[in-house]
Amino acid sequence: MKQKKYWGILLLSGCLTLSMATLAWTEDGEGEGHERHERGFLHQAADIGPITNKAYKTECSACHFAYPAGFLPERSWVKIMNNLDDHFGENAELNDKTRLVITDYLRTHAADRLPNRFSRSMLRSVDAGATPLRISETSYFRHKHREIPARMVTGNPKVGSFSNCLSCHSGADNGSFDEHSVTIPGFRQWED
Amino acid sequence: MKYIYALTLLLISSAAVASEAVVQERLGQYRTQGAGDFDAARGQTLWQQEHMQVKLGKQVNCASCHSANLQQAGKHMRTGKRIEPMAPSVNPDRLNDAEKIEKWFTRNCKWTWGRECTAQEKGDILTFLQSK
Ligand code: HEC
Ligand code: HEC
Ligand code: HEC
Repeated sequence: MKQKKYWGILLLSGCLTLSMATLAWTEDGEGEGHERHERGFLHQAADIGPITNKAYKTECSACHFAYPAGFLPERSWVKIMNNLDDHFGENAELNDKTRLVITDYLRTHAADRLPNRFSRSMLRSVDAGATPLRISETSYFRHKHREIPARMVTGNPKVGSFSNCLSCHSGADNGSFDEHSVTIPGFRQWED
Repeated sequence: MKYIYALTLLLISSAAVASEAVVQERLGQYRTQGAGDFDAARGQTLWQQEHMQVKLGKQVNCASCHSANLQQAGKHMRTGKRIEPMAPSVNPDRLNDAEKIEKWFTRNCKWTWGRECTAQEKGDILTFLQSK
């Protein structure tokens, strides 16, 4: 009896998490109330979280900020890791051993594996048949950054491109992307 | 306390030695692959030699990311990320891991020059870097 009750609560809270993440995506913008509520309520799962793999952190932060695995689906990471010799026009090839360690980390921490609001919303914005290679080109990303004019990004020498997450999200190294702690260098504190 | 001081000193000095030992080991390896004597001046010329980067449509050289003054930090020409100085004299983390050196030679020679560097070229460049 006691055990039944326990499972019931677990199921209920699972459903709640799922539906609120859905709301966060579908009603984003209009649904501010839901997002706020969710942030306070599920604080633990609200962050994308820091990077926990040493090989990934070392190898994939040499040329740019090490992007959190939870921002792309598993299939995207697999494709990226299988084409490192032509990596966005760059050569990022690795020996097989390191490549497999990193691929394994990315696969097990990809958006399809993590129950935080960012990953869920990201996943929902990607078509089932699509394999995006850039976080910055997914519709979730575009939607979240749609109000930022080009002069603050490509026209801003301290930013350069949207791929440079850390220039605006100062907490990104700790896995924090909350929209309330963003500053665009050279411009006053960002407000909606 | 004294012990910590001595340990710190040991760590610092062994770091400086580390690049020397690793570079010497690499040079020895390149000789077995057919390279002759190594020359820092030739290394410098290679470092500055411009090549057409086809995907980028621009002339690039090693200094495009690492800066021409090796004691200063560079900047990745595509992502803007800071690259710590290449000179072991100001950056003790440089050239102290053979595997890392070879990994970046492979990537950067292919990207910058469109081909792998020869053992002779790698030795000349390391000699040039180590002299700074
Ligand atoms: C040799 C340099 C280099 C290394 C090493 C490297 N990258 Fe990249 N990466 C780039 C460049 C250049 C871009 C394109 C950046 C731009 O357009 O501003 C990029 C872009 C990306 C993007 C897309 C960013 C976006 O716009 O959403 C992802 C994802 C990525 N890299 C993952 C990785 C992973 C995973 C590794 C480690 C295996 C890695 N990178 C290692 C150079 C590198
Ligand atoms: C030019 C500065 C800038 C860059 C570069 C940038 N962002 Fe943002 N980002 C913002 C701003 C500003 C917001 C808040 C938008 C709003 O609320 O209107 C935001 C919002 C977000 C959000 C939503 C936060 C929330 O609480 O819902 C995520 C997730 C995010 N960014 C991830 C990224 C990632 C990942 C990258 C790099 C691939 C990146 N950003 C690059 C400025 C930037
Ligand atoms: C597109 C940018 C770029 C270009 C061009 C470039 N490099 Fe690099 N190089 C890097 C980055 C990034 C690293 C790793 C940064 C770090 O270790 O701090 C690196 C690291 C290295 C290392 C390893 C240093 C060490 O401490 O072990 C060597 C050696 C090297 N590069 C040589 C070259 C040579 C030779 C050329 C020209 C043929 C060249 N690089 C051109 C970006 C570049």
